Parts: sequence; structure tokens; C-alpha cells
Amino acid sequence: MGKSPTTKDDAQALFHSLRSAYSATPTNLKIIDLYVVFAVFTALIQVVYMAVVGSFPFNSFLSGVLSCVGTAVLAVCLRIQVNKENKEFKDLPPERAFADFVLCNLVLHLVIMNFLG
Amino acid sequence: MEIQRTKSLMQRGKIGNCTVYCVKTHRRRLRLPFRLVSSPSIKFEMMWKLGFAFLLVAAASICEAAAIFSPISEAHRSAALELFSPAAGMFTSLEEASESLRTFEVLGIEIGTDLKDSTCKSVVDALSSGSPNSKDLYYALRVSSVLKCKISEGDLTGGVALRLKDFVKDAKSLLDFYYSIGGLVLIKDQASEVDVLLEDADGIFRSVKDLSQSDGKWRYNSNNPESSTYAAGIALETLSGIITLKSSEIDGNLIHALKKDVVKLFDNVDKYDDGAYYFDDQFVDASGHQGPVSATSSVVRGLTTLASTSGSLNIPGDKILGLARFFLGIGVPGTGKDLYYQIDALACLDQNRVLVPLILSLPASVLSITSQDKLKVKVTTVLGSTGPPLSVKLMQVFSSGSKDASIINKELKFDHKEAVHVLDALPAGVDVGEYVFAFEIALSDLEHKKIYATGGRTKVPVYVTGVVKVENDKVEVLESDSVETQQKLDLPGKNDVALAANHLQKLRFSFQLTTPLQNPFKPHQALLKLRHESGVEHSFVVGNSGKLFETTLDFLGLVENFFYLSGKYDIELTVGDAAMENSFLQPLGHIELDLPDAPEKSARPPAQPINPYLRYGPKPEIAHVFRSQEKRPPQELSYAFLGLVFVPFLAFLIGLLRLGVNMKNFPTSTIPAAFAILFHGGIAAVLGLYGLFWLKLDLFTTLKTLGVMGIFLMFVGHRALSHLASASEKVKSA
Repeated sequence: MGKSPTTKDDAQALFHSLRSAYSATPTNLKIIDLYVVFAVFTALIQVVYMAVVGSFPFNSFLSGVLSCVGTAVLAVCLRIQVNKENKEFKDLPPERAFADFVLCNLVLHLVIMNFLG
Repeated sequence: MEIQRTKSLMQRGKIGNCTVYCVKTHRRRLRLPFRLVSSPSIKFEMMWKLGFAFLLVAAASICEAAAIFSPISEAHRSAALELFSPAAGMFTSLEEASESLRTFEVLGIEIGTDLKDSTCKSVVDALSSGSPNSKDLYYALRVSSVLKCKISEGDLTGGVALRLKDFVKDAKSLLDFYYSIGGLVLIKDQASEVDVLLEDADGIFRSVKDLSQSDGKWRYNSNNPESSTYAAGIALETLSGIITLKSSEIDGNLIHALKKDVVKLFDNVDKYDDGAYYFDDQFVDASGHQGPVSATSSVVRGLTTLASTSGSLNIPGDKILGLARFFLGIGVPGTGKDLYYQIDALACLDQNRVLVPLILSLPASVLSITSQDKLKVKVTTVLGSTGPPLSVKLMQVFSSGSKDASIINKELKFDHKEAVHVLDALPAGVDVGEYVFAFEIALSDLEHKKIYATGGRTKVPVYVTGVVKVENDKVEVLESDSVETQQKLDLPGKNDVALAANHLQKLRFSFQLTTPLQNPFKPHQALLKLRHESGVEHSFVVGNSGKLFETTLDFLGLVENFFYLSGKYDIELTVGDAAMENSFLQPLGHIELDLPDAPEKSARPPAQPINPYLRYGPKPEIAHVFRSQEKRPPQELSYAFLGLVFVPFLAFLIGLLRLGVNMKNFPTSTIPAAFAILFHGGIAAVLGLYGLFWLKLDLFTTLKTLGVMGIFLMFVGHRALSHLASASEKVKSA
């Protein structure tokens, strides 16, 4: 009788601990996480659309999906560099990381726009 | 001399009956330099050469080429107008003016008063200018003698005469003498009151005569050993000028010796086979004169001037006639200088005191038996003016094929209205073909023999044409020499026969041709052509034996030539000749030929020319079929998903609000704030540029603008972010 409630309790306890741990992260990191989630969801919606109507202008589909995925990847890189607990990037000022993020996004979106057709 | 003559003989292309023999005919060449050696092969060669030489001599006696020389005509006038029309209304030099005006004067062409006035003005300018050149004065005086300019005003001519007399005293070369003495003679003609007589006429005569050579030619000056015939002509003219201007008597022996020199000059004269005589110079002197036209013209001018001043010269009539024939044989020259030389020489020959040549010409040399043309002969001087009373006799008629001639000796009647001699009827036996008629001119007044040169027998080519009748024309199909089908034809009218034959049979085609005088006629072309329906053609020459023209096509032998093509062949006959007025090319009908099949290795028939319209004409039009468009989803679905895509964005914004974003880190002081605003503005501008790029711009414009904006953005961003970084550093250290 104690096992199934244990599993459920374990899952709930795990979930709660994750939530509390997560709430300890600084706000700027949470903003970046939210941005990543937004980008991934946009990509998913585009894939669903393609599944419905077929992949006729395939270049447009690719550029749309890659734009979302690319920007998500760049945001993840930004998060790694800005995270104060990350010893590797201790000496890198976060403004520099943000500038890199902006530049890389601009280049990515130029390519995306060209490929969009 | 020999080589030069042969070359000029080869260059001339004359109408002659015997082109092949006449090139070799010259008496000197027949002196063959062989020795009497007794070896048999050389003996054979000698005999062969002798025989050939005899043949040539025999041919030469008949073979003086016949040619028609016509006097000056309208063609010369129009050529003169074309060649001598001065560009821009004025002559470029007085020399050119004198040549053009002399030609116009002889041909009777009027020039406009403007040109006359402007040329006279340049004459007066030349005479009054202090030019040290006697050549300018000479040409100015020549022009004024033709145009009759007023140059006797004031002392113009007197001054010029004095200057010319000085030039005569200082003259060293032949041309100096020529120009100065020529100028004085011209002044004498135009302004008779001026004193132009030479004091030391005898001495000047001798100094010019010293430049002569023993062969009759003259040198230009005592230093230069080269001599020319052109110089001879100039010298004769100069010497006759001295005789005109003499103040005291010149030694008669000198004049006598001069006349002998002129006769010696004629020893070097060259001859063409048609009786034209000419002088040729080999070198080009400083004035650029060269060629037989200028040299002969100069000699003619010189000797006629000499004859007019010092009595007649002893030159045989055929040579004078030959010189006239040379100039008339040129036709219409192509350059102005040649035309001037030709016309000037002919004008000198027209009325001269040596002998006046009379030219026999035919207005029409093609006579038609059908229209009963009469042979007309004109005898005129070289410029076309009427000659003295005379009679023309037709002496001989040579037929083109045979060498013998029939002797006729018939006098032609003179028609006063047209000034031609007419032959009433063609001599008996003159049928369709080519003939050479030999005429002889007899002057009515025997005294005229000393004045005119008529030149023995004149040979003229005449073409007689007529209608040729076709008789006994028939076509037959023979089966082993027995006639199977026979069809009579109606040539030269239309025919349409239909025959059939196989390869074992023969086709025979025959006809006879008769002239209006009932003689058999041999045309230049008689061809039978068979054309297959596929276009392959075969031609056969119709041979003749005496009167009958016949050809037999043996199909057994021709099967291979016909490429084994069976089927319908069209038959066509061509009979033609220059003297035949009714030459014809008639389709006769067709023949169905049945030939055996071609064996494997036989030749293919030649490819027929492809219809060019099929190959190069327009091709059928191809309608392009475009790819059908892909199926697109319905618009509502697309709009629905467009809305759906914005949902995560909204969720992102809401999430940001829930997280509690704030703008506390935004710089407050002005400059950093401005940079921060510019930074965000720059990013927005770049994104806007991307939007424009998607909508309408091209990559190059975008990249260019992006480059500019990027540099701005880098600068601004660097300032903004470094300010932020320094601010956070301050917070950390604090």
C-alpha cells in the first residue's frame, strides 16, 4: 500500500523540488529560458502546419524552422555564458555575451530571410 | 625589243578571227636560228619547224586580224564630261585646265561662263606673278589660247614674252626649251603685236638638236643618258616652234637632217596585228609620263606640228593610218590623262599636212537575212567629219570556217542623205554565219592621194544572222534496229510525245537544219536532255554527219549511267547558235523507261538539291506546355496557423510580465541613454531592413545598407554595453 503512493509522492516531491530549485535561478536566466521555450513552440507549430498541408515551398519551411531552432540555440549559448555559476566563463562580461548573441542573431536572420523566398 | 613586243601583244585583247595563230605571227620570229646538222633527230626537228613555219607564213598572209575601228562618238563626249568635270567648280592646276579645255574644244563641249571667268582670272594671276617657272607660264598661255582670255591688256604679254626670252637663253634641258619656246609661240598667236622673234634661232636649234640620238629618240638633257620617244615628240614640237619664231633663216641642212631623224624614229615603231602602230617607252621620267598612249600622242603632235611649219615629211600612209587606228582602238580610256592624249593626237591627225587618215567603219556589223538588212559602210576622218569624195568596193569575202575567199569586186552605192556607202544585196553565197569582208577605198581625185591615207585593204568582221528551219525531225524507238514506234515532231514549235521503251531497245532522234539559202547549218549547240521524275538529268550531244543530225541512245549501254532508275523521263532539245535567230529549248514530251533493278554494288544516283524552303523555311510552331501549379492549401487554414504562430509570442510576453521584468538598468544620464536608445533603434532598423529585403529588395542593396547600419550599430552598441558593463563593475566593487 505504501509503494504506489510513494511513486506518486516521489513524482510530486521531485516536481516540487525542481520547482523550488528553479525558482532560485536568477531572473535574467529565467527570461532566457522563457525565450527558448517560445522559440521551440513556434518551431513545433510550423512542423504541425507542414504535416497538415505538405512541404511544397520546402525552403520556406526550412528557413522558418531553422530560424526558431537557431535562435533557441543562440539563447542557450547566451545562458551558458551569462550564468554566474559557470566557472568557465567567469571572466567574460555578460554584456559581451549579449552583444555576441545580438550579432549572431542578426547574421542568422539575414540568412533566413534570404532563404525564405 | 622582242620580249617587250610579245608582252604587249599578249596584253591586247582584240576582236580577231584567229587568236591562236596571230599571237605568234611576226616575221622576225620565223627566222629560226638552226644550223645544218645531219643527225636524224635534229633533222626531224628541223623539218617539223620548217613545216610549222610554212604553215604560219600561210596563215599570216590571211591572218591579219580583222577589227572594226570607229571614229570618235558620243561615248567619248560623255566620258570627257565625267572625267574632266572640275571638283568644286575650279581646276586644280593650269596643267589640268589646259588638258581638260583642249579635250572639250576638240569634242565641241561648251563650258560654263563661271568656270571660264575663274580660269581666266587664274591665268592672269599666273602671268602677272613673278614665277621663276616657265612651265606655269606655258600652261597659262595654253589655257588662254583655248578660252581666248583677254591677256593683251597693259604690257602683260610683253612682259611675259621678255621673261620667256630670258628663259630660252638660260635653258639647259629639253623641257626648259619646250616650255619657253611653246609659250612664245602661243603669245605670237594671241597677241600678234608683241615681239617674240628669237635672235639666235640657228644656235638654239642646234642646241636642241644636240640632244637627239641616232636611233631617233631624244634625251631630256645632256647629263642624263636616258632617252625616250616622248622626249622625241616634245623635241619635234620645240624645233617647229623655233622655225616659226625665227628672225633669220635657219640652215636648211639642219631641217633636212631633222626630217631624216623623224623617219628613223619610225623604224622603232611597234605594231599590232590589226594594223595599229604605236610607240612605247620603257622608263618613267620625272614628269611621270609612261606608256604607249602618251609616247605615241607626243610623237604625233610633234610631227604634225613639224609638217605644218616646214613642209611635209616622208612617212608612209599605212604608218599614219596605223597611228590613227591605235588611238581609235583604245576605245574610251578610263583616266583623264589618257583621254586627253587620245583626243589631242586624233585632233592633230584630223587635219595635218603629212597625210590625213580616213577610217572605214560599220555602223552595224550584225546583219539579218530575215529583215533584209543592207550592209552600210561609213568613211570619215578620225574625228568623224566627212572625207573627200571617194568610192568603196567590196573586194573579198572570207568565211570563218574556210580559208579561201570568194572574190567579189563590187562597188557600194553612196547615199548622200545619210553619208554612207550601201551594199544593195549581200553577195551570193553569204549565208548565216561569221564572215570577214575586205573593203578597198578608192579616192575620186588622184591629187587627194598626197593628202589622205586610205590604207589598202581593210578587213572587217561581219555577222550574218537568219532563221534556221528544222526539217525531217522525228523520234523513234528501235527494237534491234527495226523501228517499233515512230513519231514525227514539229520543231521548233511545241511537241508532246509519249513513248515507252525498255532497256533492250534504242531511242533514235534525228533532224536536219537548213539556212535561208538552203544550205545545211551546223549550230554551236545541239543537246538532248533526259530528266527523270526524281530530278536526275542526263545530257547528250546530238552529233551530225553532213546534213543530218542524229543521236541514238542505246539503253543497254546506258543502264548504268542512268543509275537503274526506271520511270518517266522528260525529253528536252536545245539547239542554239549566235547566228541563229530562232535558237530554241523545247520540251518534246516524255518516255517511260523500264530498266532492270539495280544490283547491290551499283552507284547511287546523285543527291538532288533539297528544296530550300523545307530546310531553311519556317518550322512548325511548338506550343510550350507549362508545369501545372502545385496544390496550395486553402487560405483559411493558412491564416489560422498564422494566428497560431503568434500565440507563443504572446505567451512569451505574458511570461515576461509574470517574471517581473523591469527597466531599472536602463541608463538615466543623457548620453548613455541616447546610446542605449540608438542601440535598440539600430537593431529594430536592421530587422526592418530584413523585412524590406524579403518584400522587395535584392541581396546587394541589402548587404550594402546592412554594412552601413552594422558599423553604426557596432559603435553604438559598444558604447551602450560598455557603459552598462562599467556600471555593473562599479556596483560589484562597491
